Amino acid sequence: MPRILIPTPLRPYTDKQDAVDVAGATVGELLADLTRKHSGLKTHLYNDQGKLRSFVNVYVNDEDIRYLQKEQTPVKSEDTVSIIPSVAGGVETAAPAPPAPPRGSALTNDEYKRYSRHLIMPEVGLDGQLKLKAAKVLCIGAGGLGSPVAMYLAAAGVGTLGIVDFDTVDFSNLQRQILHGTPDVGRPKLASAKDRLNALNPNVNIETYETALTSENALKLFEPYDVIVDGTDNFPTRYLVNDACVLLGKPNAYGSIFRFEGQASVFAMKEGPCYRCLYPEPPPPGLVPSCAEGGVLGVLPGLVGVIQATEAIKLILGTGEPLIGRFLIVDALRMKFRELRLRKDPACPVCGTHPTVTKLIDYEQFCGIRPAAPEPVAVNAATEITSTELKQRLDRGDKLIVVDVREPHEYQINRIPGSLLIPLGDVPKRYNELDPDLEIVTQCKSGVRSAKAADFLRSVGFKKVLNLKGGILDWVDKVDPSQPKY
Amino acid sequence: MRVTVKLFARLRDIAGSPELARDVAPGATIGSVWRELAREFPELARYERSISSAVNTDYARMDHVLSDGDEVAFLPPVSGG
Repeated sequence: MPRILIPTPLRPYTDKQDAVDVAGATVGELLADLTRKHSGLKTHLYNDQGKLRSFVNVYVNDEDIRYLQKEQTPVKSEDTVSIIPSVAGGVETAAPAPPAPPRGSALTNDEYKRYSRHLIMPEVGLDGQLKLKAAKVLCIGAGGLGSPVAMYLAAAGVGTLGIVDFDTVDFSNLQRQILHGTPDVGRPKLASAKDRLNALNPNVNIETYETALTSENALKLFEPYDVIVDGTDNFPTRYLVNDACVLLGKPNAYGSIFRFEGQASVFAMKEGPCYRCLYPEPPPPGLVPSCAEGGVLGVLPGLVGVIQATEAIKLILGTGEPLIGRFLIVDALRMKFRELRLRKDPACPVCGTHPTVTKLIDYEQFCGIRPAAPEPVAVNAATEITSTELKQRLDRGDKLIVVDVREPHEYQINRIPGSLLIPLGDVPKRYNELDPDLEIVTQCKSGVRSAKAADFLRSVGFKKVLNLKGGILDWVDKVDPSQPKY
Repeated sequence: MRVTVKLFARLRDIAGSPELARDVAPGATIGSVWRELAREFPELARYERSISSAVNTDYARMDHVLSDGDEVAFLPPVSGG
């Protein structure tokens, strides 16, 4: 007869037994037999709909049944079944969901009307709506992902919504950052966000933090919040958000986007993996393009941000199956949603069994962004040229050739007259088109790709290669404002 | 034996295809499939330490030994928000 191991918090309901012999061929049958023998367990294991509660994890031997056949998982007589509640101490809420709404808290008549479509669903209802009202969610970033996240959470009635951002609204944001409108260009994103969210739902308390998230302020900022939503746009902040969430035991509703592709998951729950379990090492700087460098479909952050908002609401309600241990990949171009199963890495430096990262570190350095020692200025001076210098030299008729290493669709938008287009990826194949005796100026949008091209050309023997500092953007600013910027 | 390779984000751009089929020797690992691809598409090589990988929708490490018909996925991190 298989036996079920009972964790300490549930032993009061099994006459203090730490194991119970039960009959059945599947996990579901065993649990049914267990609750027949010890009926007090029933409400702890099952919800009102008779479904196994989401925070009750069941293992057959060492395997989580979520990765087997769930409650249909077959069990042989020699197997050991363990019940592992995700929260120690027998607390009945789903992990770090906010505490039950304080006594006396209630909805106003206006709120009853506003949330009526929530109130009539059993999964939310009045209890759920009060949980949302008592909940505090912190949004990192008020950009592409932060926009739909903040708007839907405010509309849903999350009581306190914090937003961390220090940017101002730019025209290039408007294609996707729907918190901000055309009249907001030039305003701080937080001011614009606050106006928009207040108009959407004046019942929500909007807390704004006009600061960069740093290792110094992250723990203090996160502390009062129940769920953190990562909508940032760079790797150092992503690792910082992850580590701070793990250290504080707060769930991280994660989302990230690139061109037509998005990723989403819920990290840093006690029983689940964290971002570092998936990506232990950050990519070297420059390897993975940002949205500014690589572009992004404007609708995509809407798709992914709404998944993050959905997960935040489920965590608050303690309902459904959160994206814990599941990594969702959204391919908007082919409209495919794929899911990878992730497990907690016992060797993870933050959430593993023997963590080596026990406080926040320098994430810029971790991601290799801040060099140990600044490069001597003299070297830069010899390898770079400014837009105004280039203009003077071209006007003077100096024999030099400008190599634009951007992509053809960028070249269509703006260009330096007379420049030769060789996209960065083609430079190794086409550099022999260039006269090695001529002086070469490499140029791209902002100067990052062209610096790589310049390094490459020098490495294959070109003697006089200069990189245009600040790229075409600086050229348009300083030399030719008649051309468009992007 | 034959495996299917799925590539995501920038890796897909570099290889010019989201899916490739490759014949590999018995005993091949995710890592050996990756190195073979990196020989074919040299620009992939610098992603080696940054990517994560999966077999048949389960996250798996580079030393995972593959079976005939496996689907191997390579995912670079993305940071946009």
